[in-house]
Amino acid sequence: MALDPGLVGRSYPPSAVYEVGREKIAEFARALGDDDPVYRDPEAARAAGHPDVVAPPTFAIVLSLGAGDVVLADPDVAIDYSRVVHGEQRFVHHRPIRAGDRLVATASIEAVRSVAGNDMLTTRVDLATEDGEPVCRTSAMLVARGA
Amino acid sequence: MAAVVRRADVEVGTELPPQTSQVTRADLVRYAGASGDFNVIHWNERVATEVGLPGVIAHGMLTAGLAARAVTAWAGDPGALVEYSVRFSRPVVVPDDGTGAEVVVAGRVAALLDDDRVRVDLTVTSGGEKVLSLARAVVQL
Repeated sequence: MALDPGLVGRSYPPSAVYEVGREKIAEFARALGDDDPVYRDPEAARAAGHPDVVAPPTFAIVLSLGAGDVVLADPDVAIDYSRVVHGEQRFVHHRPIRAGDRLVATASIEAVRSVAGNDMLTTRVDLATEDGEPVCRTSAMLVARGA
Repeated sequence: MAAVVRRADVEVGTELPPQTSQVTRADLVRYAGASGDFNVIHWNERVATEVGLPGVIAHGMLTAGLAARAVTAWAGDPGALVEYSVRFSRPVVVPDDGTGAEVVVAGRVAALLDDDRVRVDLTVTSGGEKVLSLARAVVQL
């Protein structure tokens, strides 16, 4: 079933606060095999001009994955999750995510398309501090393969 | 917070140092835990083949993260990567043979932008096949 184009622009309530921890950043960097000290050593991060350890640029996926679930749980978004693959991903960073950040994620629907029986849903997640400072915008395009 | 590479040091065609990573099943488990993406197709051969995949495949964002690492290592600062977009064109199949799959990242400066920014286009392959298409990073120098 094709997705309703009227869904574009729909926005969802902000998430609970996610507090970014040094250990979580270090764990994520390790999973990428990245031994850059700015991901784990506060002194090295400060020497590089950051207030605390920073996260690898794709760390935002940790928050946006969870925040995007609210879209897939929307009963109006008729998409068969078992047929979904990740088509595209985009990040726009206003500044690096860093340890100590208290971030709120707000999901919305950026685009819907149907091509050759496949439904494409682009979900946007805006990450900001709880004080409202924009930090990162992510867009994920999911493809639900036609049955 | 500044890139080590200077705008004056690059031109269109400047190549990034190539990067090769070996991705094993253990790496997929580690990335699942770190990212929170526990989709079974990234660790369970039975389910992966049932849904029509050739086998267990790497998380697309693990591949994308490895490619981003090549950019931040070149730039000298993770904060320099201000925009990043990837299209997942082909899965990276990770066999359970102790060796896994090789992910090779090459990159070159493709465009000079305003405000000392450059666009880096990445070519990411596994087994000689492109696994990401339109992988692009905007880097603030």
